[in-house]
Amino acid sequence: MKQSFSYLWPGLLGLLCLVCCNSAVAGSRVTATGGATSIEGGAGGGVVPWAVINGYGSSGEWSATAVATGVFVDDYTLKVVGASVSYDNRIELSYARQRLELDTLGGNLQQDVFGVKYKVAGELLYTRMPQISVGLQYKNVDDFYLPEAVGARDDSGVDYYVSATKVLLGGVLGRNLLVNGTLRATKANQGGLLGFGSADNNEYKLMKEVAVALLLTDNIVLGMDYREKPDELNFAGEDDWQDFFLGWFVNKNLSIVLAYTDLGSIAGLDNQKGWYLSFEAGL
Amino acid sequence: MSFSPFKRSLRLAMLCALLSLTGCASQQQPVLYEKLGGEAGLAALVDNLLQKMANDAEIARHFQDTDIALFRKGLIDKLCVVSDGPCEYTGDTMKNCHKGFNISQADFDALVQHLIHAMQEEGVPIATRNALLKRLAPMYQDVVYQ
Repeated sequence: MKQSFSYLWPGLLGLLCLVCCNSAVAGSRVTATGGATSIEGGAGGGVVPWAVINGYGSSGEWSATAVATGVFVDDYTLKVVGASVSYDNRIELSYARQRLELDTLGGNLQQDVFGVKYKVAGELLYTRMPQISVGLQYKNVDDFYLPEAVGARDDSGVDYYVSATKVLLGGVLGRNLLVNGTLRATKANQGGLLGFGSADNNEYKLMKEVAVALLLTDNIVLGMDYREKPDELNFAGEDDWQDFFLGWFVNKNLSIVLAYTDLGSIAGLDNQKGWYLSFEAGL
Repeated sequence: MSFSPFKRSLRLAMLCALLSLTGCASQQQPVLYEKLGGEAGLAALVDNLLQKMANDAEIARHFQDTDIALFRKGLIDKLCVVSDGPCEYTGDTMKNCHKGFNISQADFDALVQHLIHAMQEEGVPIATRNALLKRLAPMYQDVVYQ
């Protein structure tokens, strides 16, 4: 898996071309209701998991997605490839492979993120109650040398979260407005790339995450994500993450997200800002 | 603070005048029915939607024993009433209409997507489309899995 990482990209691009050229079958749900795919592999915005289930599968239908994302900030480059399968607009299984290139410091950090999300209540578009999902993400870093050296306790960890997402039809200027709130229990340092917990703290931290997105048209969305993060390692500060995104749902098989992101301070290098570009293919 | 009875009634009168003014102003706004093109607009929209439903095997199978002309009239009347038009809906409740059809979430999602496409094709502006969807969305619980 680790060795073949770089070969995933051409494969993903091939899949993108395939769905681009052939408007393949997709699920019954309304365009854009599958959201984008966050850097951790599940349906969401850029960095926040939403309560929506990936793809367009409705009751009794399967869907699958593949995603390739690049985040290009001042001193780092994060590359993510991922995939998910969902069934019944109810359960989502996801996988993401993250590779953070330490462009300035040298070297890289890599981890796997396995996710499960389960919708427990509500319907995004139809019920007064928001759609509510619970999820977990099991994360495991490849090489614990660097995370351990900067004070992390473990090389793997599990994040637990609950998300509530609601689309307010005609919410702003007659446009549909998506509002999301997520509560995450985590020990992850920098999302897990710098390990889990610290030498003097192994407690879960409860973090608040929010997102809003306005559907300017039926397939163009403008929005933002904000993700509160712990700050447990003594060697360097860690900041909250945020991004402002513009998403284009070309059709139910292809979506593209361009974002401007502020990841704050990472491993002693402050003000990590830059572009985020994501391609997602779905069946 | 204290007001004399006279001042209080004056303020009340001014408030009433203001309210009646805003009442008039809101009445001059075209109702959703008119934004949807009135009777002709709704008829065209429903005909477009019926075509899409007929072409979708998963949806069409629910209509094998349906009098389409009657269904068409009921749907136009329903949309007319929902959009504050000058109509009377004489059909049964949404819940009773869909009882026994076992309409799935997937059927409902597909129908909503067809309706959005039909409105797009009929040139209904996005704000009007979303306003109608907002009024139809609560019917979900009376339609699905009855």
